[in-house]
Parts: sequence; structure tokens; C-alpha cells
Amino acid sequence: MIEWFTWLQLAIAVPGGLLCVILGLVGRKPTDLTMGATALVELLLIVQLAAAIAAPLAGNNATGSLLEFYTYLVSAILLPVAAGFWALVERSRWSTVILGLTSLSVAIMLYRMNQIWNVQGS
Amino acid sequence: MNDSRNEAPAPSRRVSGIGRLLIAVYGVLALAATGRSFVQIASEFEDAPLAYSLSAIAAVVYIVATIALIKRSARWYRIAWITISFELVGVLVVGTLSLVDPALFQHKTVWSVFGQGYGFVPLVLPLLGMWWLARHPVSAETSRRTIRSGRA
Repeated sequence: MIEWFTWLQLAIAVPGGLLCVILGLVGRKPTDLTMGATALVELLLIVQLAAAIAAPLAGNNATGSLLEFYTYLVSAILLPVAAGFWALVERSRWSTVILGLTSLSVAIMLYRMNQIWNVQGS
Repeated sequence: MNDSRNEAPAPSRRVSGIGRLLIAVYGVLALAATGRSFVQIASEFEDAPLAYSLSAIAAVVYIVATIALIKRSARWYRIAWITISFELVGVLVVGTLSLVDPALFQHKTVWSVFGQGYGFVPLVLPLLGMWWLARHPVSAETSRRTIRSGRA
């Protein structure tokens, strides 16, 4: 896990999630913007997965439990996909809110993952 | 007028409005509880069999509650009430015990300190769930009618 990249993810997931929640509560159906924000969060998670697999080869090892780390990461990767399908099936304002809640949940999980990798065991 | 052409927007099996949000939050919590209990049981079950078994039971109940909220039938409506009541009792009992006798729950469960580790969502969610269920009852009659008129 690369720390600055994680902060970049948080810098996108938190405002993106808040934006989706607000647009949803205002009454917007899922749009390219809100779907795109969620897709971006998902894309960065995939990059993070690749980085997490590669990092130990470069001497960047997790200080905490790898099992816990990957449970979070895999769960986080599933969330935006589920919310995205939901938004495609149900084109309602609540789907937009759900997209937002998903990104915010991913942000919390990323924060925990960062703790596990960089703080937990050190 | 015509009974056979049942077009009235009767309480449908499709969950609508804010209920979807509830389902989504339940789904996320079910995933979180399942993930945590998976890690606990896989890596350190011997440390606290009681707390970790409880985590696993909580996770299963959250999954069942999520499904019960999605499926709008009389039977699932009852299951939703049972599972959500179980959660409320769980979070109240374990939350109280974890404060009164911390030694009993040294190891984190989803319900410790009233769900503090999850932003107290486990405490608030059952109450919201019960409120929503009470507002949207499903009787045996409505569920039979919707089955006859469409999605079985």
C-alpha cells in the first residue's frame, strides 16, 4: 500500500461521495457525473490492489495483519460495483444517495487499511 | 371497479423510496460484520471464542435482515421483525455489558460499546428498520395479491 496514493483516493472518495449524497437528496437520478465518480473510486481501488500486491516486492511490507487488510480491500472493491449495478437497474434519486454512501464507506475502509498497513504493527 | 384488473398501486413487493437506502446500509453493515468476523475467526479464534462466535452470529443475522428487507412477503416481513429485534437486543445487551464489565468483551464485536467502532450505526439502524417496517406492513393478503398479479 502506497501512503500518498491512499490519501489521493480519500481526496476523491470523500468529496465524490458527499457530492453524490447531496445530489441524490436534491432529487437527481444517477448521471454520468455520479456514476463516473463511483467508477473512479473503483478504478483507484483496483490500482491500490495491484500496488498492495507489488509493494512487498519493493520492500514496502504491511506492519499489520495482511488477512485483515485484504478482507477490507476485497470488500471495498465489491461495494462500488454493487452500487453501480443498483444505479443501472433502479434509476431513482436513492440510487444516487447509495452511490455516495458507497464511496464514503470505501473512504472509511481505506482509512482503516492505511492504519493496518502503516500503523498497526509499528 | 374491476377486481381482475388489479391496477391499484397497492403496497407492492418492490421496496420503494427511502427503504432502499435502509437496505443499502444494511447490506454494507452485513458486509462489514461478515468481513470482521471472518478475520477474527480465521486468525485468532482461540483468543475469544465467545466474542468471535457472537460476531459471526451478528454477521449472519445482518445478512438475513438485509434479505428480509428486500423480499416483501408476509413470511419475510416476519423474519425482518425477528432479525431486527434480535439486533436491537444484541446491541443493547452487549453494549451495556461491554461498559459494565469490560473484561467480558475485551475483544471487539460489532456491538461493543453500542457499536462505537461502526459509528453507532448498529444502534441506530435497528430503530430505523423497525420504524420503516411499522410504516410499511405486509399482510398475507397483500403478498398473495401481488404474487397473483405479477412477480411470483
